[in-house]
Amino acid sequence: MCLGVPGQIIAIDDSDRSVAIVEVSSVRRRINLACVLNDAQPPESLVGGWVLVHVGFAMNLIDADEARKTLELLSELQSFADEQGMQEAGIDEIR
Amino acid sequence: MRYVDEFRDPLLARQLLDRIAQRMRSPSLKARLPVRIMEVCGGHTHSIFRYGLESLLPEGIELIHGPGCPVCVLPRERVDDCLAIAAQPDVIFATFGDAMRVPGTQKSLQQARSEGLDIRMVYSPLDALELARKNPSRRIVFFGLGFETTMPSTALTLKQAADEGVSNFFLLCHHITIVPTLKALLDDGDVALDGFIGPGHVSMVIGLEPYAFIARQFQKPFIVSGFEPLDILQSILILLEQLANTEARVENQYTRVVQPAGNRQAQAAVAEVFELRERFVWRGLGEIEHSGVRIRPAYAAFDAERVFDLPAGRGEQGEDVHCGQVLKGLLHPHQCPLFGKVCTPSTPIGALMVSSEGACSACYQYKRTEVL
Repeated sequence: MCLGVPGQIIAIDDSDRSVAIVEVSSVRRRINLACVLNDAQPPESLVGGWVLVHVGFAMNLIDADEARKTLELLSELQSFADEQGMQEAGIDEIR
Repeated sequence: MRYVDEFRDPLLARQLLDRIAQRMRSPSLKARLPVRIMEVCGGHTHSIFRYGLESLLPEGIELIHGPGCPVCVLPRERVDDCLAIAAQPDVIFATFGDAMRVPGTQKSLQQARSEGLDIRMVYSPLDALELARKNPSRRIVFFGLGFETTMPSTALTLKQAADEGVSNFFLLCHHITIVPTLKALLDDGDVALDGFIGPGHVSMVIGLEPYAFIARQFQKPFIVSGFEPLDILQSILILLEQLANTEARVENQYTRVVQPAGNRQAQAAVAEVFELRERFVWRGLGEIEHSGVRIRPAYAAFDAERVFDLPAGRGEQGEDVHCGQVLKGLLHPHQCPLFGKVCTPSTPIGALMVSSEGACSACYQYKRTEVL
């Protein structure tokens, strides 16, 4: 039920009703942007950005920098794991 | 970046699993095995079974499938309410596909539709509002259910109906809220748990603060997580690291979507339209204080609970005893005597078998050969 799917905002369809065309899993849908708009930002400024779509509404903007950071952190795990493994093996030998 | 495949990378998953296995060998964790982790959200349950994460995890980690599947906790009497409204000749009854197959006392919405009632599946509450605009001589009743993820969309739809003066649109509100139920589970003390994988999409609406008491008062790590395999594995690793260091904090793994304060626009819409109920009934768990919302008096004209006569009578059903135990993590789905025999996804007896996010349905669908 709480399923949300990433989608990319392609165009603004109806500014008055905060409706955009969003491509979700290769399908273009009319999606309501009310939850991701604020007074400081015109809807057009969101075109090209990604949102998390749930039951016809964009529920949040997806933060590309944060996504990249998470993936970088995961990629760094391996070298860190190797290091830890060596340290732990070393401790075992001493015991 | 498309925010899906990147978080399913098998190589990175393998690395995470190695790291989890390594962490499990640390003395402080070895002393407390098994580590029991509840994933709160049905979306996580589905991912865990779909990607077979349980079988990939090292021994000593037990995943408990929590109560975060709104369809699974929908009381059969509430389905009866839906049917009573749908039976009115001028009504078009609309709801999400997930709700269609939940058994009521006598039948499901899907069965009633096959018998001729005008019951329609919609993708969004806005589709139900559109039905109201297109059918001015009919009353359109949208059955809104779900957690905080779905609440804002229903609230905004109702606000739109009010703004446009759409007078033939009504909402039967069955929105529920997860935090009081987590508190009830912890207060109950039946379930031995070491920590939680927290619901990512509920949290993108409500933020992180509502979970603070779980870490502070109950000393359980609470990791708000995304739904892809790497998200869930990383969350498990973060949780194990907290446990190994005897820490208990609310931590956010799903930073690309969840901001600490949640979504203020969504919160404002919910607060304008809904208010807390004193108590609400969850199938399998019974009554829980402040665990549901209802429509505020300002929007009473749209409230199906006030506009329609609903059948009286509320009570727990016998066959749901096992469902309650599964929901609390006291029973594994395949330990239920009905599982896979009389209760299957095509003929569900309990609601946990209805939704693909229900622990029993996910278990049946993806682990069938292993279990049966």
